[in-house]
This record gives sequence, structure tokens and C-alpha cells, in this order.
Amino acid sequence: MRLEIDNATVGYDGRPVLAGATLGLEQGEIGCLLGPSGAGKTTLLRAVAGFEPLMGGRISANGEVLVDGRIHLPPERRRIGMVFQDHALLPHLSVLDNVRFGLFREPRRKAEARAREVLDLVGLADAADRLPHQISGGQQQRVALARALAPQPRLVLLDEPFSSLDPDLRERLAVQVREALKATGVGALMVTHSQAEAFAMADRIGVIGEGRLQQWASAYDLYHLPANRFVAGFVGEGALLPATVVDDWHVDTPFGVLSADHRLPDPPGTAVEMLLRPDDVIHDDDAPLQVEVVRRHFRGADFLYTLRLASGELVQALVPSHHDHARGQLIGIRLDLEHVIVFDRAGRDEDSGSLIG
Amino acid sequence: MQATAEHLIRQDRPATAGAARWWVWLAVLLTLPSLIPLLATAGALLRPDAEIIGHLWRYVLPQVAGNTFWLLLWVGAGTAVLGTALAALVSLCEFPGRRLFAWLLVLPLAMPGYVLAVAFIGLFDYSSPLAGWLRDGIGWQLPEIRSRAGLVAVLTLTLYPYVYLVAREAFASQGARAMEAARALGMGPWRAFWRASVPMARPWIAGGVLLVLMETLADFGAVSAFNYDTFATAIYKAWFGLFSTDTALQIAGVMLLVLLALVGMEVVTRRRQAFTAIGTAPAARRPLGRRGWWATAACSLVVLLALLLPLGQLGWYASGHLADHDTRYFASIRNALSLSAMAAALTTAAAFVIALAARERPGPLTTTTTRITTLGYGLPGSLLAIGLYVPVASFSTWVFERHGIELLLEGGLLLLLVAYGIRFLAVAHAPVSGGLLRIRPSLVEASRSMGVTGARQLCRVHWPLLRGSFATAALLVFVDTMKEMPITLMMRPFGWDTLATRVFELTSEGEYARAALPSLAIALVGLVPVIALTRRRGNAA
Repeated sequence: MRLEIDNATVGYDGRPVLAGATLGLEQGEIGCLLGPSGAGKTTLLRAVAGFEPLMGGRISANGEVLVDGRIHLPPERRRIGMVFQDHALLPHLSVLDNVRFGLFREPRRKAEARAREVLDLVGLADAADRLPHQISGGQQQRVALARALAPQPRLVLLDEPFSSLDPDLRERLAVQVREALKATGVGALMVTHSQAEAFAMADRIGVIGEGRLQQWASAYDLYHLPANRFVAGFVGEGALLPATVVDDWHVDTPFGVLSADHRLPDPPGTAVEMLLRPDDVIHDDDAPLQVEVVRRHFRGADFLYTLRLASGELVQALVPSHHDHARGQLIGIRLDLEHVIVFDRAGRDEDSGSLIG
Repeated sequence: MQATAEHLIRQDRPATAGAARWWVWLAVLLTLPSLIPLLATAGALLRPDAEIIGHLWRYVLPQVAGNTFWLLLWVGAGTAVLGTALAALVSLCEFPGRRLFAWLLVLPLAMPGYVLAVAFIGLFDYSSPLAGWLRDGIGWQLPEIRSRAGLVAVLTLTLYPYVYLVAREAFASQGARAMEAARALGMGPWRAFWRASVPMARPWIAGGVLLVLMETLADFGAVSAFNYDTFATAIYKAWFGLFSTDTALQIAGVMLLVLLALVGMEVVTRRRQAFTAIGTAPAARRPLGRRGWWATAACSLVVLLALLLPLGQLGWYASGHLADHDTRYFASIRNALSLSAMAAALTTAAAFVIALAARERPGPLTTTTTRITTLGYGLPGSLLAIGLYVPVASFSTWVFERHGIELLLEGGLLLLLVAYGIRFLAVAHAPVSGGLLRIRPSLVEASRSMGVTGARQLCRVHWPLLRGSFATAALLVFVDTMKEMPITLMMRPFGWDTLATRVFELTSEGEYARAALPSLAIALVGLVPVIALTRRRGNAA
């Protein structure tokens, strides 16, 4: 189904936490709400499920209103499945009976066949007769997904689905869950505070923070075309360098005058800051631009170097890990920029030229 | 999907809001029975009847108050010493059989004081075989058992587990660590024990002793078996000897004063129980080596005196009197069983209402309903009985005079069950509210999002998760009702003799040997839940 959230405001005790969120999720797409804890992303998800009221705006499914100022369709009539943070498996029922729980309207044998089918889909056909406490956390997670999928919902909601699991397990499970969802063609909306999970799972990601939905876009666009400083800082790492707009297509930076791939919004002479991701900075021994290694962070396949320009600004560079340079050493770099991203610097003079992320 | 009109109404907390209000009203209604005995006795205290009080002051209160005072003092001291010493041995030292004793020493909790009283009088009375053998064999005259000292021994041996349990917990959770810290600072083991462990455990020990004092004040069966008059028996004698419920209520008013003093002290000590767990790993226990056998002997002696010897004595006496327990005995078993079953069902249901209301609508109102309804556990049975009976009887009379309708509440089965409910609601409340915690909100929401609502949800989510807690609650109330003596004695409908009232009757006639069989039955029934519950928690401590 197509989910539309239109100018939605949610909160508790009459105080809005997240205001004016608007997003659309197409049939079969996996969406993700990403943001720090307390940002209201779970509250928005629970409003889609029908467990929380909406303080303003509208949520609709295929054009049919689920909730707005007048209507509140109760959760059991929305045909939207939900996977809870604590999995919410019923401890007294076997895995199979948990999955069959929502199929009470079906004839017994049909229900069992359907339950076994979805258990097979999540790779747990063998665990059907176990009790929830007898299986691992990752398995419980998949049972919860199978249970939500069994009644053929129009959409599945996942509330921090991996937060109770070991970090090692999370990304692997995220891929499995994505595959299971894609196999059924059911769309999903997930909440997480982990960028890695969001990137592993989602077709579209909504970054939520400071009381609003900051950007609703693909992972690629969030990283390379962030809409504002908040998104640039929340998703990925990098540096913000002071720069000045020269004309509609050019900006003057510590690396010289660069040309943009899109028309710059600010008038010439505006003080801005330019986003530089670590992968925009290429280490090249032959490059004329020499910078000093300030900090080095070995990450296995690569180094994340923090470098100081001659003008004093810091930038980061991602360098293959056999390029082992000591602190204080001078190395050559050049830029490989696809997009020039600049943000207004109004009122932020002191901290420009800083590292983010 | 078409939304029907009823679902188009905007709700802030969908679905639960409407039902929760009814649970709260029901919970508020349930506080009423608990308030009646409190208000009635407090009213008697605040507006004393000068004539009655004058009489009481001259002829009854001096002896009763003195008896109660000395009993509280000695039993308090006895349980403090015995409970603390046993707890320290079991949680700070290592000796042969320690793990077994840690568990066995809890079991006397199951024995009502009057059961031990019957057994002790049977064992140590002048005419007992043991006393005769000692007298003739080695010429040693046993001290008189039917004395204050004998009563103190009996109550100490049944009540020390209250102190033992809390002190054991305090020593195990922080005392042992504190002791290690003190040893590291250069203190010897004895000095460390007195300077570190005991001071830290003191608020808990004091709390346990105060529970003991409240139980001692409330005790009816043991003191009447020893023919030792306290407030509890004075109420009974005024009611059923003088047939003056007003006098009984005035005595209950004075008793309430003593109770309030104890509760006040309890509140003060509880404030001092600032819990600071030092580490989670249990500290190593001190091996006692060869001297450990002395600890084993001491623990064995307590278990022998409080549990094995009495049970054996009761069994031996009971087997000698099997023949004379006829249809009357079986009727009293049947009555005890059916009363206990009814009380268990009713009290568990009431506890469920109280707990559910508090969970669905947490707030000052439901906190208050929980407080009031669980208060009854602290009320002595005699006080509760007279405090409930007098207002209900006068209400009944008023209705009859005014409207000509016979309510027949007083002396009826319903009022007896209500009295049990007031007394034991707290017993059922603990497991039921604990069980409700297992029903996390996400379980209810998950079932809702799959369309499982209403009665189907209750059957498939709530009931299976609560079944175990309900069973525990019902079992505990069942057994407590079985052991209960004063309420049953004073409020039972005509012909409803139970095991406990049989024990009372027989002991007041001096027929200790014949009281053995019903006493044994009560003791064995009482042991069941204590064994079941202590086993489940593990005897790790």
C-alpha cells in the first residue's frame, strides 16, 4: 500500500515532540525513520499503527484516511503489522502458535500452513515447536517479523527491531529482514537510531531531529546531498570549511575556487560553509597540496586521517590502509568532488571549519 | 476498508480508557470494607464510653496491658537474638549442612503459634511422658511449661523466621561485603562483624522484629492455649463471656493504640533502610573448620525444637486419638476446606481488581486504594472481627427498624468471607500485581495490531500469563484462612466449626492430646506453600 503522512504532529502530554512531518512511502518500499532518541520517531510510528493519537495532520493508506482530526481508525482495523522493540512474543505459546496468533479467523489447517510458510520465509521452519525463551534473540526477532507478516498486512512497522541484539548480529539480521520483506512485497517503516541499520535496510530514510523531519531521501542522497547541517552531521562524517560565494556557480574555498553542479541559492559574497566528506579527499603523493597528519584512526580496510590545511582548517580523508603515515608527517591530497554542498553560515562563525559526524 | 461510525470517534487512549474507569471505581468500592474496622475501632478510641472504660481500667486493662507488654518485650528480644544469630551463621559462615539449614530454618514460618503451643504443652507438661521420665529417671523437675516463659519460647520459635529472613538478606547483600572491607582495614572477624555487618543490617533486623511484635500482638491461639490474657483474648472474653460487644470494641480501641505505635516505629525504621548493594558477587563465607560442627548443632537444635519434635509429638498424640475423631472431625475439615476455598477465590478476585486498577490508571487515587486494601494484613484478627461486626450489626438493626427488612449480615457466611478478604488481601495482592507486570504493554498492542481484542485477548493473552500468579495467590490465602483462628471463632455462622476452632475448643477444655490431630492437619497444610515458594526461589542464600 502507499502510506502518506501529511503534516503530522505527535507528542506526549499535550506537548508536541515532532511537528509537521510529511513523507510518502510507495507500495513495497522500505522506509526508515532515523534520529537520536527522544526525537519522536517511535511516537510517529505508533501513530501510524494507531497506538498514539495525532496532534495534527493526517495519515492515510492508499488514499483512505487512517487518522486525522476527526477519524481514528483503531489499530486492529488498520491491517498494519508491527514488530516491537522487545519482540512482544507471547511466552506461553510456541513459535508456531505465536506466528499463528493473528490468523484466528482462518480455518485451523489453513492458518497452520500459512504460519509454516512465513516461518520458512524467515528461515525458522525448524524452530516451530520451541518456546520463545528457548531461542536466541535474533531468532525471536525473526519470529516477531513472521508473526507480523502472517496475516498479510498492508504494511509492517518495526520499532527499533535490532536494538536488543548483539552489535555483530544487527547488520546481518538487517539484511535478512530486508530480504524477507522484499520477498513478500510488503512495504515497511522502521525506526532506528543507528545509521548502519538504516543504510542496510531502507530504500528511503527520514532523518528526524530538533522536532522535525529534516529530510526524507535515499541513503545516497542523505550522505551526498544533505539538506542542511543537521543531516550532514547526523549522517556520516566530514568537515565544514569556511567558504564564500563568488557567483551563482562558483564558491571560493581553502582549496581554491570550485565550480558547483547546481545553481547556488545565496547571493555573491555570502559567507557559507562547504561540506567535505572523507571520501571527497583523495590521498595522492604526487599532489602539490601538502597537509599535515593530525590524527589517525586505523579502521582495518582504511585509515581515517584528520589533516590540517596550511590555512589551519581540519579535514578528514579516507585512505586505503597500506598508506601508513605518522602523525606530523606531510602528505599530498587532492579533491574529488561530485557535488558542492554549501550551508548558510549565518550566526555560526566561531565553529565553522569544524569536524562533524 | 470501511470504518464504521463507532470507530470514527476520536479517542486519546484507544480502547482501554473506558474499561479502566470501571476497574478504578470497583477498586474504590473495595476499600470500604477495609475502612470499616479501622474507623470503628478508631471511633471507639476517640469517643470512649466512660462507664465501660472505667470498668476496664479497674479490672481488665492493667493485667492485659502488662501481659501484652512483657510478652512483646521478651518475644521481641528472643526473635531478635535467635533470628540474627542464625542469619549470621548461615550467610557469613561455612559449616556442614549450611545450605540445607538455610532453607529448613524458614519452615517454622508455616506453623501457627497455637500448633506449636499444643505440641509443647503435650511434650513438656507435668503429666507428659518426657517430664515423667526425667522426674523418675534422673530426678530432674522440668520447669512449668504453662508459664510466660513457655509462651515466649513457643512464640519465639514460630516467629523468629521473620527476623531470620530479613537479616539473612541484609547480611548476604551487603553485610558480607562490608565485613570484607572491614577485614581489609585490619579488623579481626569478630570486630568486623560487630562494627560493620551488624550496624548495616540493623534497620532490617529492627523491621523484622517489628513484624514479630505485630504478630505477637495479634496472636490469639497460642496465648489462649497458655491461658495468658492479652488484648486479643480480652476482646473475645468481653464479646463471648460478657456478651458486651461495646466493651470488646473499647478494648479493640486501646489495642489499636498499641498497633499504631508499632506501625509508627516500623515506618521510622523503614526510612533508615537505605539500600546500597555493594557489588553483586556474593562475598566468600568464613569457613569455621572443626568449630563448624557447633554451628550445625545449634541449627539442628532450632529445627528440632521448632519443627521436628512438635510434628513428631503431634503425630504420636494424634495416632493415639484417631478413634475419637469421628464425623465431627470430618465436618470440621470439610468446613475449613470450603471456607478457605471461598476466601481464596474471593480475595484473589478482589486483589486482581485492585492491581488492575492501579496498573491501568496509575496515580494517587489507585495508590491510595492499594494502600488501604492491603492495610488489613496488619490488623489483629480479634480487632478486625469486632470492628467489622459492630458497625454491620447496627446497620442491620437500623435497616430492620426503618424498613422491616432482615439483612442477616451479622453472623452470616458473607461477612466472615469479607473479614477474611480484608485480612488477607495483601497476601493475594503481591503475586497478582507481580503477575500483571508480565503483561507488558507491547504484548497487548501486538495482539491488538493482529486484530485480537476483547474477550479473545483476555483468554489468549492475559489469562495464560496470569494463571500461575492467581494459583499462588489463591494457595497462600487458602492456607492462611485455614490457619486463621480469631476471626473464624468470632464470626463463623452457627455450625461452621473448622479445624482451628476445634483446636481452640479442645485446648480451652484442657484436652491437649485430642487437639493434636487438627493441629497436625493445619501444620501439614501450612507447610505446603512455604516449601513450594522457598524451593522455587532456590536455597542459595
